[in-house]
Amino acid sequence: MLDFEDDLNEIRDRIEQLDRKALQNPNSGVTQELSVLRLELEARTADVYSNLTPWQRVQLARHQERPHTLDYIDRLFPDFVELHGDRRFGDDPSVVAGLASFDNISVVVVGHQKGRTTAENLERNFGMARPEGFRKALRIFGLAETFNRPVFTFLDTPGASPTLEDEERGQSWAIAENMGTLARLRVPVITTVIGEGGSGGALALGIGDRVLMMEHSIYSVASPEAAAAIVWRDSKYAEKAAAALRLTSADLLHAGLIDRVVPEPEGGAHRDHNAAAENLGEELRTTLKELRKQDIDTLVESRYDKYREMGEFAHHETSATG
Amino acid sequence: MQYRPEFEAALRVCSACNYHDRMDAAERIALLLDEPKSFIEIDADITAADPIEFVRPSGSYMDRVGKARALTNRNEAIVCGTGLLNERRVALGVMEFGFIAGSMGSATGEKITRLFEMARRDLLPVITVTSSGGARQDEGLFALMQMARTTAAAARLREVQIPHICVMADPTLAGVTASFAATADIIIGEPGATIRFAGSRVVKGTIRRRSDVEDHTSEWVQQHGMLDLVLARQELRDTLAQLITHLAPVGHTRNLKPKTQPATTPKPN
Repeated sequence: MLDFEDDLNEIRDRIEQLDRKALQNPNSGVTQELSVLRLELEARTADVYSNLTPWQRVQLARHQERPHTLDYIDRLFPDFVELHGDRRFGDDPSVVAGLASFDNISVVVVGHQKGRTTAENLERNFGMARPEGFRKALRIFGLAETFNRPVFTFLDTPGASPTLEDEERGQSWAIAENMGTLARLRVPVITTVIGEGGSGGALALGIGDRVLMMEHSIYSVASPEAAAAIVWRDSKYAEKAAAALRLTSADLLHAGLIDRVVPEPEGGAHRDHNAAAENLGEELRTTLKELRKQDIDTLVESRYDKYREMGEFAHHETSATG
Repeated sequence: MQYRPEFEAALRVCSACNYHDRMDAAERIALLLDEPKSFIEIDADITAADPIEFVRPSGSYMDRVGKARALTNRNEAIVCGTGLLNERRVALGVMEFGFIAGSMGSATGEKITRLFEMARRDLLPVITVTSSGGARQDEGLFALMQMARTTAAAARLREVQIPHICVMADPTLAGVTASFAATADIIIGEPGATIRFAGSRVVKGTIRRRSDVEDHTSEWVQQHGMLDLVLARQELRDTLAQLITHLAPVGHTRNLKPKTQPATTPKPN
């Protein structure tokens, strides 16, 4: 549980108690108190959630009850058939990929997958994809292009897996190849940051015609821990790094680096998976309709132009020296 | 023991142990081209802005940029242009490690993207030399997006059969390894260069494991199948010329007049 939610949880507990009391004894006269508490909860939730610090947002984006890729797939993509393996080395459970239906057409879905329990997280490597995970995604992107199916990707990773084995199997090469392929893929690509968008490991699934972010998700050049290790030389300064990196959805929309923010239900997506999925589904439907109107050459060149503009630089006077 | 003039004449390679010392961009350009004066620099005036107003304990980002300018006499962490290699005009991008550890920010990414776009327009083979700590944290997500745009620009070269050869010099790390560098058609490592995805501080700070190998060198990376060649500095120019002759579109690129601006060298005020 998140400590900034403590107050809210206290009110929630009291509401629950009174609810039970009211159920047992309909004449106990708690109805008025209940409605006051409900109003208070609503107001306090709105207050807490409109004043979150960057670090609280990081915690929220990582909340273990937050909907993960498979939770959204369950709610938005009927007929999902998961496909496994990179046909090179292995199958990486930290990336899920497959075919599904969406808005009455067949589509391709690829995303990072985190676990909830420790056992699940060990199996999913905490959502840190290995080279074979990225190469599985690459294979499925190819499938999408061959059969002309739009691609939806979901980002939820602290970063790509950084162990010795990952280096041995060419982690950098896997990430780079995915980016090059996604940048030029001849089908619409819609990408959504649902939790943590961490570094190159996120970008390897995350180049698209439209980039959406769930309201309380984060997207960053490196995880706050990694950035702290690089800049402050110690990962314990993660909180500082989180504030400095401008990694919230509002910041990034303002910076023009993402296209849309998808609102989450009051109190965050972890409180109501169905409502979160409903909001996301609506955005995805609108976005896909928009993209399918364009011819594919225009779409791919607009995708290039979109990324071409991402950067802020200046000019500094130079003098010719021959 | 070796004296400096000898060491420099030997291309900063130790005659006793084959240690390849880092070269700055100017030395690198002189090493790779027929004549350093055939080099025509482009976009020398492009420099960093401060998109997220980042401040480190050691000072603001703009202070760092100012110091880097004074130190290197460059405006950014890469020097781009064209020059003659074996009498053929090539596009050349050489990273300047002295400029904020060769890290890639928006301006760096802009220059790399422009280099690839120029090569595509003028049908010039491209050589890049990387020496970089990775994405520049001081620009937040703007820095990450440079991986996307440089890789996208590199991918467009392939569509028109313009070869890109990358020389990974010491060190080539993280956001630079994992973007335009690793997608090159041919990748050459310099002997002993550190080439890896995750630096040791990041490994220790995130998964709480010590970095397993001290030296992720070119030789180690080549053993694992990720590099085409590991070449001593003395062999680099001739082999690059050979490779370009094999891959360059026939009859297109020899001595093409560059359609670029005249030579400029950045000089910070």
